[in-house]
Amino acid sequence: MTGVEPLVSGTLTVLSGACSEVAVGGSGPTVLIGERISPSGRPALAEALLREDLDPIREEARVQVAAGAAVLDVNVAAPGVDEVRLLPMAVRAIQEERDVPLCLDSSRPEALAATLAVTRGRPLVSSVRADEEDLRRMMPLVAAYGTSVIGLTMTTDGIPQTARGRLGLAERIVAAAEAHGISRDRIVIDCLALAVGAERESALVTLEACRLVRSELGVNLVLGVSNVSYGLPARSVLNAAFCTLAIQAGVGSLIVDVARVRPAVLATDLLLARDEWAGRYVGAYKRGLFDIFSQQGGARG
Amino acid sequence: MDETNQILRELRAAIQEYDAARAGALAERSLAEGIPQVDSLAAMTEAIREVGEAFGRGDLFLPDLIGAAKALEAALPVLRQAMIDEAERPETRGVVVLGTVLGDVHTIGKGMVSALLTANGFEVHDLGVNVATSDFIAAVRDRQARILAMSALLTSTAVQIGPVVKGLEEAGLRRQVLVAIGGGAVTAELAHALKVDAYHATAPGGVDLIVSMLEDKAEAGLA
Repeated sequence: MTGVEPLVSGTLTVLSGACSEVAVGGSGPTVLIGERISPSGRPALAEALLREDLDPIREEARVQVAAGAAVLDVNVAAPGVDEVRLLPMAVRAIQEERDVPLCLDSSRPEALAATLAVTRGRPLVSSVRADEEDLRRMMPLVAAYGTSVIGLTMTTDGIPQTARGRLGLAERIVAAAEAHGISRDRIVIDCLALAVGAERESALVTLEACRLVRSELGVNLVLGVSNVSYGLPARSVLNAAFCTLAIQAGVGSLIVDVARVRPAVLATDLLLARDEWAGRYVGAYKRGLFDIFSQQGGARG
Repeated sequence: MDETNQILRELRAAIQEYDAARAGALAERSLAEGIPQVDSLAAMTEAIREVGEAFGRGDLFLPDLIGAAKALEAALPVLRQAMIDEAERPETRGVVVLGTVLGDVHTIGKGMVSALLTANGFEVHDLGVNVATSDFIAAVRDRQARILAMSALLTSTAVQIGPVVKGLEEAGLRRQVLVAIGGGAVTAELAHALKVDAYHATAPGGVDLIVSMLEDKAEAGLA
């Protein structure tokens, strides 16, 4: 234990765009962060980035926001891409297209620094690991721009296999942030989802780590969901179920393929009293989002 | 002969049914029956290759791959130890340094390559995952490796391969070592751009490629 005191529950992490604002935590809706602006596993997008063609990114921004993304993750890391140049360009293009808060996703501090200088609003910086070197080079940047940051419960030595181990790393991240004057509401911890197809208990460990970090440190949580289904068929089915479990474990924001998991997330939010008068659930139904679940178009099926 | 075929068939089946205990026991039995280790290794390689191919086609999934790899790993040490113990084959085919690059913690492909290279008689030093550039270079130098195999599963980490190749050049080690890369984020184009020696989309294919390249080198009197 590093002597870090828990926060009162309900602390909000506020992210903003040019004029938009999104709050993670509290009793509000689960925040969906669109994961699709990333060349990982998408050769066509990687190729477009190499040509500095930003149209596919603009298109992904429009489609994801329409699907219900409240925040957009922006990742342009691909072999041959100069992130220091391209990440700011991508951010400008996206912010011209849609006004939502962004999640600036890069492992290169220089690229993040260049991008933070041109980003409108207060984005989420993704991400910092729990090792000294990464904390030392990333935290000053987060402090200087007054943003929030995603802390990953891993170091250069890898990811702890136990929930307690991940809690220990989350404590280290919180302590380092507070030493830089970054308040706890600006830290969002990712307890890391791993492929459940490779290790039977990996999702259980992640969920237990989420509960522990939330209850012991009171920080808000984020989870990159899609890893969990790697190597298995019908990935959306698993991803959606994992979203439900993560929300129940206290995770307030999810990095996801929004269109595919949103029905499950809306239902879960309603069931967990995060959707007063079922307003968002019914609204989504009226817009036809649940048509595949009710073939007659009726709610009584 | 029928007995031999029967054991090899069962060994293949044990791997494809993810039965680690039975695979280990069958490996022991193959030794007791005097079946050449090479034949047992070939049967096991064949078994895991089939699983890998079915995974590639989408007929089998990650749990199948892991299960088969675990069964293979249970049988491998038995055969490997027997090989080391046998006087006529004391030397290895060469030292391999292998790992997943910095920032990347994927183990499966790397584990398969490690197991298959071991099965092919190499001395494998597995540096694990999230390996720093300097650690790869130090290991190649200290172990006098003939082969350096690196894995990257994320496009954000594939960029770590370049610095290792450059570091080897700067350390004057590049000519002594065959550099092989693989993993989901690695493409033939990237391998070409980075001027590495070997790339394959699959673990068994990559190992075959490494073996055949070393044989070509040996024939040309270079190794």
